[in-house]
Amino acid sequence: MILVLAEHDHASIKSATHHAVTAAAKLGGPVHVLVAGHDAAGAAKGAASIAGVAKVLHADAPHLASPTAENLAAQVLAVAPSGYTHLVAPATGQGKNVMPRVAAKLDVAQVSEITAVVSADTFVRPIYAGNAFATVRSGDRVKVLTVRGTAFDAAAGGGAAPVEAVPVAPAVTRGAVVTGQELTKSERPELVGARIVISGGRGLGSGENYRKLLEPLADRLNAALGASRAAVDAGYVPNDYQVGQTGKIVAPELYIAVGISGAIQHLAGMKDSKVIVAINKDAEAPIFQIADYGLVGDLFEILPALTAALPAR
Amino acid sequence: MKILVPIKRVVDFNVKVRVKPDGSGVDTANVKMSMNPFDEIAVEEAVRLKERGVATEVVAVSCGVAACQETLRTALAIGADRAILVQADGELEPLAVAKLVAAVAKKEAPQLVILGKQAIDDDANQVGQMVAALLDWPQATFASKVEVAGGKATVKREVDGGLETVELELPAVITTDLRLNEPRYATLPNIMKAKKKPLETLDPAGLGVDVSPRLSTLKVAEPPARKGGGKVADVAELVAKLRNEAKVLP
Repeated sequence: MILVLAEHDHASIKSATHHAVTAAAKLGGPVHVLVAGHDAAGAAKGAASIAGVAKVLHADAPHLASPTAENLAAQVLAVAPSGYTHLVAPATGQGKNVMPRVAAKLDVAQVSEITAVVSADTFVRPIYAGNAFATVRSGDRVKVLTVRGTAFDAAAGGGAAPVEAVPVAPAVTRGAVVTGQELTKSERPELVGARIVISGGRGLGSGENYRKLLEPLADRLNAALGASRAAVDAGYVPNDYQVGQTGKIVAPELYIAVGISGAIQHLAGMKDSKVIVAINKDAEAPIFQIADYGLVGDLFEILPALTAALPAR
Repeated sequence: MKILVPIKRVVDFNVKVRVKPDGSGVDTANVKMSMNPFDEIAVEEAVRLKERGVATEVVAVSCGVAACQETLRTALAIGADRAILVQADGELEPLAVAKLVAAVAKKEAPQLVILGKQAIDDDANQVGQMVAALLDWPQATFASKVEVAGGKATVKREVDGGLETVELELPAVITTDLRLNEPRYATLPNIMKAKKKPLETLDPAGLGVDVSPRLSTLKVAEPPARKGGGKVADVAELVAKLRNEAKVLP
């Protein structure tokens, strides 16, 4: 049996879960999804509708409203002993935070960010910012895995798995306490999972330019907005815009890189995109080596022209 | 208050690694090695906490081959007070490293363990969380701001939707993200001074830790090459190609 830790916002299930379910289904055995949250019936229902899910375990408690790694790990560990051979989570901020705790408590290795399932005990994962891929076999009795969403298709909807309430693990006394959140609000699609992503880099020169040039284009394309590390470090946009080895990994149908030179760490986060467009004034920028369509020139002229060439939605 | 900073020796971030022709791994012979950049941020943060009078001692620890001494000397040059090498010759997996660090933490009894969120070689992103689990300490991963006062650490964390603030009762584990600080360059006088700072060597057996691997690497391969390099002359050609050739625009 395989357990997938769901990514959700209590009201609904997030697409990262669908990708993780696809990976889990390749491991062999029934796939269960754990929804740990508060007032999370909506998310549990969403998980139940994912095709290929045999059962949803729903743990609901106030201390799971803004779940910490400590409390989520405790909840996973509370259900883990009922015969699960694999504990799986999407390699999101949450999955990365929680699963190594689970693995350490079980005294097993974790295999991070798998991009392929070779067999029930053998997986492929990127190392060195995706410049190499290692095939590793785990000899542990329980396999703890995080899944890179871009490497697996999203599982379809239309399922109708039963939802079972499970006992809630008590809040961990020696744990972190969440005291505040500053979440970026946006009407745009989420960066991870968007069909089109437009990312800006230091070539834009300022946060004002970033907004002035990229937002109208994103509006026309219904695209998500991203950024290079340099743009985030320079304060143009918040941290959650970062695409790259240590930021978000995306693989949209169309990725438009604007004023981004293409450091290895950035390429690691987007080079699996289906079509890559690069706009940069430096013809020697490494981004052009991986771009399908490179346009060398002044982005301050190109962007308004590109936006104008596309129909308003 | 004592801070323990685990650091890793990795292939320098500027080096483009090559997969060995026999697929057994990546070529690390005659390649420049450096401190994992995230760990450098961790050392810097610990040293700043000491400079602010919050911490009294910063102890760097590294697990691996004898050459990790160089990496530890770098930490000492940034401002760590002393160093511990847990010497092991084989490859150490994250769980093994976490057990070694937890064992050193039990011996040293620090109030904080600060380390990088991931190493840029195996990109595992596991050790900090595992150390916290093994010690049953609270954790704050992906820190972009750290304040320590009154037996508590307040940490701003980079999460998928933005930022989250957590409070940790000490002792605790913090892993660093990119924007926590910008590490200083070690000055020549400090590099000289670092050579005289104490460096103790331990071994896994002495710490009672079994470091045998749980994973076996069957193969390491290059990623599939991407055929790029295409150019368009202007916006009109770009839009036409995206519509008619790539078919990603209506």
